[in-house]
Amino acid sequence: MIRIELPSPLRLLAGVSGEVQLDLAGPVTQRSVVDAIELRYPMLRGAIRDHVTKQRRPFLRFYACGEDLSHESIDAPLPDAVAKGTEPYLVIGSIAGG
Amino acid sequence: MTSVRLLVGTKKGAFILTSDGKRARWKVDGPHFAGYEMYHLKGSPVDPNRIYASQCSGWFGQLMQRSDDGGKTWTAVDNKFTYDGVPGTHQWYDGTPHPWEFKRVWHLEPSLTDPDTVYAGIEDAAMFRTTDGGTSWHELSGLRGHGSGSKWAPGAGGMGLHTILIDPTNHQRIFIAISAAGAFRTDDGGTTWKPINKGLNSLYIPDPTAEVGHCVHRIAMHPSRPNTLFMQKHWDVLRTDDGGENWHEISGNLPTDFGFPIDVHAHEPETVYVVPIKSDAEHFPLDGKLQVYRSRTGGNEWEALTKGLPQKDCYVNVLREAMDVDTMDECGVYFGTTGGQVYASADSGDSWKAIVHDLPAVLSVEVQTLA
Repeated sequence: MIRIELPSPLRLLAGVSGEVQLDLAGPVTQRSVVDAIELRYPMLRGAIRDHVTKQRRPFLRFYACGEDLSHESIDAPLPDAVAKGTEPYLVIGSIAGG
Repeated sequence: MTSVRLLVGTKKGAFILTSDGKRARWKVDGPHFAGYEMYHLKGSPVDPNRIYASQCSGWFGQLMQRSDDGGKTWTAVDNKFTYDGVPGTHQWYDGTPHPWEFKRVWHLEPSLTDPDTVYAGIEDAAMFRTTDGGTSWHELSGLRGHGSGSKWAPGAGGMGLHTILIDPTNHQRIFIAISAAGAFRTDDGGTTWKPINKGLNSLYIPDPTAEVGHCVHRIAMHPSRPNTLFMQKHWDVLRTDDGGENWHEISGNLPTDFGFPIDVHAHEPETVYVVPIKSDAEHFPLDGKLQVYRSRTGGNEWEALTKGLPQKDCYVNVLREAMDVDTMDECGVYFGTTGGQVYASADSGDSWKAIVHDLPAVLSVEVQTLA
């Protein structure tokens, strides 16, 4: 079970409160986690990453275990703690705009 | 009993303002989608409770919403706008080719006959259509592909397709406008397009009378005269009486002919409204006085409408999508400002009153006259 924390505007859009928990079969990577989020909550498609290129939206960041994973390969395995559900995967709306 | 509903898009959410036919007291509902830029909301003419909304965010990109109950509840619909085929390039600010990239939906124009069909004008400029209530969107790529697309360049606010007008007597004929490419028309429902910019004179482009490249800010039509269009260009107010084949200037005695919105009275096809703005560098009214100008002669002769509008220290702007009229017996006129006011006139513009004073900057105002 993967634990995911979404920023509040995306929680509102998805109609969820608090942490999202998803079961994932296969490798736990940033791609597979976001795939699973979009599968469960189709209204979030395009809001976290581009529909076509799958590139992260520029003002979003992905954190886990105290690390910024935003620039890591989306196919790299996520830390074991995320895969085991002891640490959440964080989707952060970065502070921007001045 | 007849009532009026205003769909107001702002920089930080949408608001729905309602009143009875007297239009004296207003109920303010919102914000809907708090924190999001609401570029445009518009209801279906055949089912006014079916409303579509463009919801944008610098963080989360483009989202699309649909309501089937007049804006009480909303459902997210498809937000995937993929250009048809290989997108190619348009001209960038420095003259170099730049790939077409979807940025946002500027304008939504529901079909005049089918609540499930909606046209969307997007940035980078293209026209999309849904025929399934927003479940999927498909490009009408004949517009970008008609030949001049590679020469289009963005205006300062981006390269947006911001105006869509459907001819009520012939739904195959649609007029659109793009900043900064100009006006275009299709006569076959969007398969093929032609530029309709003859008569436009834009001194800020290398060839002032070029086929494309004009910064058209807004076009308006009275439904009883679909061949007559009124245009607010970057500078100049113009009209055509032959479906866009030829335009001529009608700025007349306007104190400045720069501005963004233009609209037509609901019952008087020769009564036109504009909001003169000082200049392209100074996006606020002349001398700090907010004035709507009205022509009852189809242009050239304009009168200032000031009663109830601030006449000193007013430095707001009125954006292109932020003016509309109702169809009550005495036509109501409405506009929103970047200062967050929405002004209403229940007497064709003779007098004005602010419905609200302190919304976020207003991006769009659409009026629904409800039976």
